[in-house]
Amino acid sequence: MADETPKPEELIAKINHRPAFEDWMQVPVEIRKGMYCYASNPKSVEYVGLPNPRQWNPLDEDWKLPENWKEILFEGFRERLEKFRTFKVFMDICVRCGACADKCHFFIGTGDPKNMPVLRAELLRSVYRHDFTKAGRILGKIAGARPMTFEVLKEWWYYLFQCTECRRCSVFCPYGIDTAEITIMGRELLNLLGLNIDWIATPVANCYRTGNHLGIQPHAFVDMIDFFCDDIEEITGIRPEPQFNKKGADILFITPSGDVFADPGTYTCMGYLMLFHYLKEKYGFDITWSTYASEGGNFGFFTSHEMMKRLNSKMYMEAKRLGVKWILGGECGHMWRVINQYMDTMNGPADFLEEPVSPITGTRFENARSTKMVHIAEFTADLIKHGKLELDPSRNDNLRVTFHDSCNPSRGMGLLEEPRYVIKKVCNHFYEMPANTIREQTFCCGSGAGLNAGEDMELRMAGGLPRANAVKYVHEKHGVNMLACICAIDRAALPTSMQYWVPEVDVTGVHELVGNALILPGETERTTDLRGEDLPGMEEEADE
Amino acid sequence: MNLDKLLREKKRDIVDRWFNAVMDTYASDTAVIFKSQKDRFANPVGITIREGLSAIFEGLLEGRAAEQSASLLDPLIRIRAVQKFTPSQATGFIFLLKKIIRDTLHRKPDNGQVAPLLRFEDRIDALALTAFDIYMECKEKIYDLKVSQERNSIYRAFKRAGLITEVAEGEPDLNVH
Repeated sequence: MADETPKPEELIAKINHRPAFEDWMQVPVEIRKGMYCYASNPKSVEYVGLPNPRQWNPLDEDWKLPENWKEILFEGFRERLEKFRTFKVFMDICVRCGACADKCHFFIGTGDPKNMPVLRAELLRSVYRHDFTKAGRILGKIAGARPMTFEVLKEWWYYLFQCTECRRCSVFCPYGIDTAEITIMGRELLNLLGLNIDWIATPVANCYRTGNHLGIQPHAFVDMIDFFCDDIEEITGIRPEPQFNKKGADILFITPSGDVFADPGTYTCMGYLMLFHYLKEKYGFDITWSTYASEGGNFGFFTSHEMMKRLNSKMYMEAKRLGVKWILGGECGHMWRVINQYMDTMNGPADFLEEPVSPITGTRFENARSTKMVHIAEFTADLIKHGKLELDPSRNDNLRVTFHDSCNPSRGMGLLEEPRYVIKKVCNHFYEMPANTIREQTFCCGSGAGLNAGEDMELRMAGGLPRANAVKYVHEKHGVNMLACICAIDRAALPTSMQYWVPEVDVTGVHELVGNALILPGETERTTDLRGEDLPGMEEEADE
Repeated sequence: MNLDKLLREKKRDIVDRWFNAVMDTYASDTAVIFKSQKDRFANPVGITIREGLSAIFEGLLEGRAAEQSASLLDPLIRIRAVQKFTPSQATGFIFLLKKIIRDTLHRKPDNGQVAPLLRFEDRIDALALTAFDIYMECKEKIYDLKVSQERNSIYRAFKRAGLITEVAEGEPDLNVH
């Protein structure tokens, strides 16, 4: 009798990838739902004068490209090789040692070889070799070269938007190749053809128009902050009175709009307001918010150097208009990378501002001598170090906290100790995640560089796995229930990632924890934290 | 030798072969890394699958109900639900165990094991059904997160601030002419 039952191994079809380093060019790109973001809205593209605004769908065969798209790409490539020495060097020096291969959170999570940083870079290098090197032109595939085709272009688009530019791979590269820079260049080239994603293009247009990613107008910005003041008053009996657009204030405060408009960043924003109120009452601190520079984030960074420069400049123009001495910056990710690594040569040096000095402690922030912008974690750590804040860390005793180093402040500016110092002073229960998942080796949230959309949720969850895996470990080992971070994208992305991978853990900004612990002068006894949840030991009183 | 005893004796070998078979569902370059990297934080996929399969096999040996194995199965399925697999590929690795066990028994012919083997395979089948339940839960969670994330963050903040006014009961219907 014939056995017609299929064998188990026949039931599960093997996925027949080819070896990545030999035949990866032969593996056709398959644009899969859940892994990509929607194409940009043509109105947003048009508003900021970027090329080729039109409706298009990545799943369509026709991407509505300009007829001479290959020529545009070639010229764009050539121009950038001449303009950016790093780009040229990074195209030439990789020896494919593989040190970066397993360091990318997207590779670790998806298992897709084209997410190995070396292969993601090879997407561009292969075309570079073909178009710009003699060996590549003559030897072709033998020299790892291939001509630009529509299939290659699709591959570029698909995988360059599966990189969060987090730079973890660069930490491990013996040559110091920064694959994020390659992604940045690749995305610039794609933008020349109008191939962006809407989660980047529309925030860019909004930011250019109204000053923040969501397109919130000045009056709504003030309304939101007023509302936070109502909440703070309800919780503490004290109402902060923030200043807006005040000319001649000492300091301008700029934070990502996510802190003002999206939970749980809103609680971090309440923390800032309480800190500033405290400092005003105790030390006469003079700081202003701006309803025009109402965004620290800079999605121009994910578009092109020119767009990054344009969006960055509004912060400095506003500082100039208001006549402040220096800028204090909130808990943001890529804002700090732009400030720390690019601002100085784009819009700087900001000579019209003063070298930042804390008016309370007298500390000179020498690292910000040129950019004139100080990170709030550093500012607050300095206050605490000098004993300038009265704190009750027991108000955070219901929390067992771990800290996620956001990629940009950690790898992009070396801000490693200050947030930890602040957390340890305002919380009694702090636990580090394993060493190879924090500090310079931190794993990305999986949703940075403009990928924090809804439609690419599978990609985000796969990319978020390595971070979540380490959180899960400290949750199981130490009962950690709160993941602190200093980035607005983290605060937007990590709650979703936690809900999928470690639902018992919630997400907070560091200054929310500060707001809980800070004893405001004259405050009434608090029964809840900033989220309106009962403080430890206050559960019964709340029930009465 | 009775089947359970034999399988227990061969556990290490069976789990190894099962793990390698699951790794074969990944691209070959990926599988090399997932198999060799021993650090659980550098390699959550490889380690979770290796440890998970071992614990699941132990559960089968103990005759634990499939529902009880669900918590062991969950981390594996949760990972494969977001990777490049069809539903059958994501969950079908359970069935690979059948072949591995049959091959193991082939090399040790012994009569009287058909009935115990069928019972053991029934447990594997039940486990596969549980795997499918978990897979669907994961996918539903993904879809839920897709639709709810905007609402949960921005909308909620605006609503809390009283900046969104919803239609209240008893208001006139503007569509009635």
